[in-house]
Amino acid sequence: MNMNGGQALMKALENEGVDILFGLPGGAILPVYDPLIDSSIRHVLVRHEQGAGHMAEGYAHATGRPGVAMVTSGPAATNIVTPLCDAYMDSIPMVVVTGQVPYAAIGTDAFQECDTTGITMSVTKHNYLVTEAADIPQVIHDAFYIATTGRPGPVLVDIPKDIVDPNNPRSAMEWYTPDSHDLPGYLPNQAGDAELIRQAAKLICEAERPVLYTGGGILKSRGAEALLELAEMTGIHVVTTLMNRGGFPDDHPLCLGMPGMHGNYTAVTAMQEADLLIALGARFDDRVTGKVGEFAPLAKIVHVDIDSAELGKVRRPDVAIQGDCRVVIEELVKALKEMGGSEAQPDRNQWRSRISGWQERFPLTYEQSKGDELLKPQYVLEQLRDSTPSDTIVASGVGQHQMWTSQYWKFNHPYTWVNSGGLGTMGFAIPAAIGAKAGRPDRMVWAVDGDGCFQMTAQELVTAATEGFPIKVALINNAYLGMVRQWQEMFYEERYSEVYLTRDVPDYKMWAEALGCVGLRVESPEEVGPAIAQANEINDQPVVVEFRCEAEENVFPMVPAGMSNSDVVVDPSQRDQPR
Amino acid sequence: MTAADGGGTTTLVVRVENKAGVLARVAGLFARRGFNIESLAVAPTDDERFSRLTIVVGVDAAPMEQVVKQLDKLVNVVDIRELNPAASVERELMMVTVRADPEIRGQILDLVRIFQATVLNVGYDEIMVSLTGSPSRVDDFEDLLRPYGIVDVQRTGKVALPKLVKAAPDPLAP
Ligand SMILES: Cc1ncc(C[n+]2csc(CCOP(=O)(O)OP(=O)(O)O)c2C)c(N)n1
Ligand SMILES: [Mg+2]
Repeated sequence: MNMNGGQALMKALENEGVDILFGLPGGAILPVYDPLIDSSIRHVLVRHEQGAGHMAEGYAHATGRPGVAMVTSGPAATNIVTPLCDAYMDSIPMVVVTGQVPYAAIGTDAFQECDTTGITMSVTKHNYLVTEAADIPQVIHDAFYIATTGRPGPVLVDIPKDIVDPNNPRSAMEWYTPDSHDLPGYLPNQAGDAELIRQAAKLICEAERPVLYTGGGILKSRGAEALLELAEMTGIHVVTTLMNRGGFPDDHPLCLGMPGMHGNYTAVTAMQEADLLIALGARFDDRVTGKVGEFAPLAKIVHVDIDSAELGKVRRPDVAIQGDCRVVIEELVKALKEMGGSEAQPDRNQWRSRISGWQERFPLTYEQSKGDELLKPQYVLEQLRDSTPSDTIVASGVGQHQMWTSQYWKFNHPYTWVNSGGLGTMGFAIPAAIGAKAGRPDRMVWAVDGDGCFQMTAQELVTAATEGFPIKVALINNAYLGMVRQWQEMFYEERYSEVYLTRDVPDYKMWAEALGCVGLRVESPEEVGPAIAQANEINDQPVVVEFRCEAEENVFPMVPAGMSNSDVVVDPSQRDQPR
Repeated sequence: MTAADGGGTTTLVVRVENKAGVLARVAGLFARRGFNIESLAVAPTDDERFSRLTIVVGVDAAPMEQVVKQLDKLVNVVDIRELNPAASVERELMMVTVRADPEIRGQILDLVRIFQATVLNVGYDEIMVSLTGSPSRVDDFEDLLRPYGIVDVQRTGKVALPKLVKAAPDPLAP
């Protein structure tokens, strides 16, 4: 079938199962926006290209399917660099199509030209500059394959205008449906080595104080069920990193919750004291390990990851298994069953009672507000958690509110937590929540945002209002770039430098209304419940609830940067407790 | 220390897809980790879909393992061999122009003969010669020429292949 490159691009995207595209048009990508009108793919018009990228990420987080964004050249391409890097750090499958100046103009400093593939080389899993219209079907097919297989990640496809412009002879091509990939350097491997899996099973059967250290690879590999089986069969406790909240149910008796810099005491300490860490799709990030040399000093390490470059990158494993987390866990369960299943596990009662002792002495805690003190953000999050359905999808920004959300929420379902872990991108919450809602319209979607973050991407609430994505935003207004304020309080002798945002400017309620949302403001604990209930009732408009919170509240526990996890600082009320 | 002394260096032989931008991806990976590339030779292989890069980098072992794994993750990188100098045959080509007034030209030609180098071009007071050999032999030749006054020198960077097995398999083995 004869067609032009622009039509081929739309057809190729349709063939990959794309149902929604987040984007904003401009000169170089203009020819593609014409066949878009006749396509089955829904387009969501964003207000800033960063929003398009984070929406694509939110969609991918919530559905597991690749998110897709399309923007023009130059400034639009540079605007989407942050989401690309975010997706790269958090292994999010995403395909971004950028317009480029005509092929012959590349390198001439043409209007809105930038070296998009050069700029994005280090923040994408792979990228393409397509030079011929005839290459479009194959490149798009390969781009989706690379984005979604192996360790997932973002792929960028840069398309010069002339090969999609029907008025240019260079856009003429004959359609074909690619049915294979010619990628001799890309052969993702799923299965783990059987002998290594047996060795790992043996270490598990010998361990007295094992901990399952589970990361984002569990969710990426759709391995939550397999993990549950492994944990229940062996009776081994599970810590869920920031990237795997929801990958193991918080309400499960074996769940210890989040480890790391702001992890709970028990998760941090159990890893420190463990004699075996079974790391599944986790990457020993510095926010988890604290001072690496003093991390889990007594532990042997079994490390399972799809990406062999993660094995031994930070901590040398005793058994390193390259493979897909789900596939390897299933094989590990089989190997353990052959060794006798739960019967073959040693008596770990002593370890269990140490764990429950920590849980009793060091639960998450905060001091409730008194009199006319402002709201405690933790209280707001507890209320929000308790008055929303358990499968609510929660997206968060970056800062104190993010840590409180991860700490206080009860994640009992996979794919309900959408956050920027590796890059820590302020402004992620609102567009990511929109993308999640686009992917899961059946679910309630709340964004928990900071006042600093909100001001970075609030304009996307216009997208939410006009495109019909009734997300809800819990805005934790603490008048500060709170996380930075906390560091200045604790590590810079309370010398506050450029962290105060002001309490009343902007007026968030009026701003929300101006953006096409319902705006609510909450100042006292009694108003919290009713405001959430009111927001939950609204399904035809986005809602922003501003919670005016205490400014000086700090996130605890905390392992100060560069310190050992054994030096975790607990809440002031727990500092006399024996460790 | 330089690549040519073989001190603290590793030779990577990287087979890549012969496509635009691949060299930038490979070089970028080294640059991002602050590793200096000592020498780099690139040429297509007998199969025109691929090119072979011979990269000499000066690093210690631990981060090298990480670089190799990261290189391997590049979609266009097909395979990587780390060559230990003792287990490989290495060659480098040097072209050099040296000052050679007629009265000392004979001394230079002596060196050319000893090293089995080749005279490429002769001027009234300069001479251009080339030498192919192991990097250390090329170093020696360059050092010996230096006192005469090197006008221009161009080295290709080394290329390498693994040494071959010497003992033939036992024909009677099962
Ligand atoms: C784009 C970006 N810029 C700067 C930072 C550094 N940073 C991390 S948390 C934070 C404060 C966030 O403030 P706010 O959104 O109000 O959240 P809070 O910590 O007060 O809950 C800052 C500035 C960042 N993570 N991202
Ligand atoms: Mg704040």
